[in-house]
Amino acid sequence: MKIITGNDLKSGAVTWWNGAAWSLHVNDAADMGDEAAAVIAAEEAARRVNGAYVIEAEQTADGIRPAHIKERIRALGPTVRLDLSLDPTATPDKVL
Amino acid sequence: MYLYDHYDQAMVDARVAEFRDQTRRRIEGTLSEEKFRPLRLQNGLYLQLHAYMLRVAVPYGTLSGSQMKMLGDIADKYDRGYGHFTTRQNIQYNWIKLEDTPDILADLASVEMHAIQTSGNCIRNISADQYAGATADELIDPRPYAELLRQWSSFHPEFLALPRKFKICVIASDTDRAAMRLHDIGIQIVKNEAGEIGAAFYVGGGMGRTPIIAPLVKAFVPLDELITYSEACLRVYNRYGRRDNKYKARIKILVHELGLEEYSRQVEEEFAHLQTLNIEPPLAELERIKTFFADPAYETGLSDDLDLSNPAFAAWVKNNTAAHKTPGYAIVNISLKPVKVLADGTKEAGIPGDATGEQIRIMADLAKTYSFDELRVTHTQNIVLPHVRKADLFTVWEKLVAAELAEANLDKITDIIACPGLDYCTLANARSIPVAQKIAERMADKAEEIGELKLKISGCINACGHHHAGHIGILGVDRKGLENYQLLLGGCEGADTSLGKIIGPGFDEDGIVGAVEKATQVYLANKEGEERFLDTYRRIGMNPFKEAIYG
Repeated sequence: MKIITGNDLKSGAVTWWNGAAWSLHVNDAADMGDEAAAVIAAEEAARRVNGAYVIEAEQTADGIRPAHIKERIRALGPTVRLDLSLDPTATPDKVL
Repeated sequence: MYLYDHYDQAMVDARVAEFRDQTRRRIEGTLSEEKFRPLRLQNGLYLQLHAYMLRVAVPYGTLSGSQMKMLGDIADKYDRGYGHFTTRQNIQYNWIKLEDTPDILADLASVEMHAIQTSGNCIRNISADQYAGATADELIDPRPYAELLRQWSSFHPEFLALPRKFKICVIASDTDRAAMRLHDIGIQIVKNEAGEIGAAFYVGGGMGRTPIIAPLVKAFVPLDELITYSEACLRVYNRYGRRDNKYKARIKILVHELGLEEYSRQVEEEFAHLQTLNIEPPLAELERIKTFFADPAYETGLSDDLDLSNPAFAAWVKNNTAAHKTPGYAIVNISLKPVKVLADGTKEAGIPGDATGEQIRIMADLAKTYSFDELRVTHTQNIVLPHVRKADLFTVWEKLVAAELAEANLDKITDIIACPGLDYCTLANARSIPVAQKIAERMADKAEEIGELKLKISGCINACGHHHAGHIGILGVDRKGLENYQLLLGGCEGADTSLGKIIGPGFDEDGIVGAVEKATQVYLANKEGEERFLDTYRRIGMNPFKEAIYG
């Protein structure tokens, strides 16, 4: 699946496009297929997101798993400070 | 230490107001990200993996207690309760909100601090020996000259758009504690045969993807021409440094491609021209600056005796304190590389360079009470209390123990430099911090036996973790989407600077920990007399290590 991520303009928080709005949780991300470019252009113009881009991910039994480790770290938090993660189930193994 | 005059304060306050307006316009939409990005970077505000990251300048690593306290307060008020001390003697906050940043900069300005020129292609924070003004082995205190360079380079209109970033270091001791020769310009204050004090200029050093040890460009520049000569070095670079390729844009590439002789010739030509323009700051300004770095009011007649009957205290004194120039005083190093022993006996290493807001305030209080209100940030991501009475050492140590800041491991294998790596940094290819933690936990029990061993880890080729200069260096790379770690041996900063060499094929995370352990075993099996790891490596070469690790 192709999902859109970026950083909230004001807070810098990692955000994920759920099809209608931005969410802080990767599991809310929507598969945007070929519609991503238009969403990114509109949302950046509206200053709701900074530096949005499309990434590859897959739906797993545990939720949405970004393909690249960098995006999994963005989704779950620094592997060395998972106490700061928004996902209470986050573990280093889940990130890696 | 230096205190702002009204010009300094007015400049910093004006920049806060300017950035407040720029931030407002960005949020309102009248400034695009494309236009705003260079403006926020000029104020130290990056966008990293999880949030904005703010890098705050600590000029030549020197801080007062009230400045340190403010850094702790910012960690709690605007971040997530901690800050990260960096290899540029600065501090970074990892969870900053854009909308808070003008207020943070205003708070910093209230204690004479800022984030100006901590990013971008300009002259960055001037670094210096963390023992400056305290150690017996220096010629003079280099900080007045570092401060003069700071004032010269701040908002210098000619050098705000250099081909690439530019880093200057100033020391005044043959014991180089600041990696001087791995800077764009390294300045060592020296004495010539006539007994005059001047500056030796080493130009074109650096780490990154092309590590180079800076060659000596001029052995003696009179101190009253320090700025003029610096300007000449920069002008030649600004004129001919490559702007077509960011990977070849640093001054080290220019010096290498032109050749030392030709670069030096051009600098001399420019220097002669600049001497006719009389650009050197007036001597009165240097004398004014020097007054801020006068010795504190040391007590006299103090004893150097210490009660070392407490073994943990004795170990800390042995490893974490250094000789002070004044009898009865010591230089105290506070390690930010803790290795905690848990109830079940397992070890838990901290994150190199991180300190909580509360720990930062505790260090600030210790400085106020026991170190003439002064602290230093080191490029090895530790903190120094430069002037502590030996009679106060036990009390200081007890307070550090209570704050989990008393790890007695300075320059040991657990005192690891690690960049933020892929856990925080958009540029990184691999994580650095977990590797540092695993090595520290594995090697903690052997650290004392191994002795001095500087281990440095970078999560990408940009080398913020100084892996080229580690006795053992580790470079994290991306190999087909997986983290992979290359092992380097034989790097060293200091008077005998050398660059590490890659030993062979890389390892995964657990593999690199095992490889480091084997390297230490080779050292212990081969060391002669008082040899350090580095000495043994230099004597026996790479092969015994290679055979043990890959054999």
